[in-house]
Amino acid sequence: MNILLFGIAKDIVGESVLTIEGELQPPKTVGELKNYIVQLHPKFGELSSLAIAVNSNYANDSMKVNDGDEIAIIPPVSGG
Amino acid sequence: MEKDRYIRQTTLVNFGQEGQDKLQFSKILIVGAGGLGVPVLQYLNAMGVGTIGLIDNDVVSLSNLHRQVLYTEADIGKSKVQVAIEKLKAQNSNTNFEGYEAFLDATNAFEIIKKYDLIVDASDNFPTRYLVNDACVMLKKPFVYGALHSFEGHVSVFNYNSGPTYRCLFPNIPKADEIPNCNEQGVLGILPGIIGNLQALEAAKILAEIGNVLSGKLLVFNALDQQYHKFNIETVQDNLEIGKLQDSYELACDVALESIESGAFLKLLKNENIQCVDVRTEEEYDDFHYQNTIHIPLNRIEEKQDLIDFKKPVYCLCQSGIRSQKAIQQLKTSHPDAKLINVEGGYNILKSQVSGRVISTKEK
Repeated sequence: MNILLFGIAKDIVGESVLTIEGELQPPKTVGELKNYIVQLHPKFGELSSLAIAVNSNYANDSMKVNDGDEIAIIPPVSGG
Repeated sequence: MEKDRYIRQTTLVNFGQEGQDKLQFSKILIVGAGGLGVPVLQYLNAMGVGTIGLIDNDVVSLSNLHRQVLYTEADIGKSKVQVAIEKLKAQNSNTNFEGYEAFLDATNAFEIIKKYDLIVDASDNFPTRYLVNDACVMLKKPFVYGALHSFEGHVSVFNYNSGPTYRCLFPNIPKADEIPNCNEQGVLGILPGIIGNLQALEAAKILAEIGNVLSGKLLVFNALDQQYHKFNIETVQDNLEIGKLQDSYELACDVALESIESGAFLKLLKNENIQCVDVRTEEEYDDFHYQNTIHIPLNRIEEKQDLIDFKKPVYCLCQSGIRSQKAIQQLKTSHPDAKLINVEGGYNILKSQVSGRVISTKEK
């Protein structure tokens, strides 16, 4: 599962794509995915708003994720 | 000579004199005269938007010049609003300019925003972005959003024909120090030029009523790869109903909101005589509600708060858990010591758990 990273998510991970592979229990929902990412990179836990898109659609925590889905993490950005 | 001024635009099929007249009779407000605001101002002014309002309270500094290309070294230390309007007047003397040497805040937002047809959020901080959103939602004004992070830019049009708002994308204002700004993060000079121009394009499309407006979509541009991603966003109905502006939009260091998870709340509601305030509308409440709840719609929460016993804990409930948070914020100002608890996820979550316990007055 490939996750595209934007904004500060890219800075936190240090890459523009995060790959999840070989997990015994890969995340099945957006909520689980968020928890998984926070475990991997605790700094994500400090963000109060974090938009996740599944196949280019903004997704709620209950939304299912499948192996082939294109996931994107889009934190808010403020600069101007 | 003047009739030739816009001839390359009026010649355009699907724009024409009609499009030009729409620009001419439009009033637009640009919030911020910095990196994003400068290109928006320059192009919309050149293209013939009739009235341009500009609000900012900053002065030009040397470190602005690499991206805020309207200003010169001679302008350092001068008011951005004054300098910008002087230069924009030289660019197009037909435009009616309205300058506000102030920062947009909860005390002036309504008075200023209500005078314009369209707002461009060219600000550089979260408090202003959430204020622009909330004021535009309350005044039913669309706004063109643009923001930057390093080599990345975001663009969207919010609150357009009941489309999604900024809060549908990012419901809550980030806490202080969560997300760095351009000053801390740095920005490549050209990037606000690109993103500001995309904002100006959306503004011109909305005003001239052409093309497909970038509503319901977030456009993310990555400068290093020349890549655009578009994400679909849906309207969260609760976010279109904002009763009043927050007292302060300053970044909170810690948002203290006591809440209860839906399962625990249901147990309490079933077994204990708890005080639960349902803040949804009349229609929603009539459609269905729990027994033994006090009904006070969010927009009447202040005038009817004597229905609440603040010596007892108050459980606030709505459809999705957003309006109940707003109710708590409002009640907190008059009852800072009260125990106010938000029911997480509201009826949306509760109904999915035990649909049988929901009371419908239609069935009574």
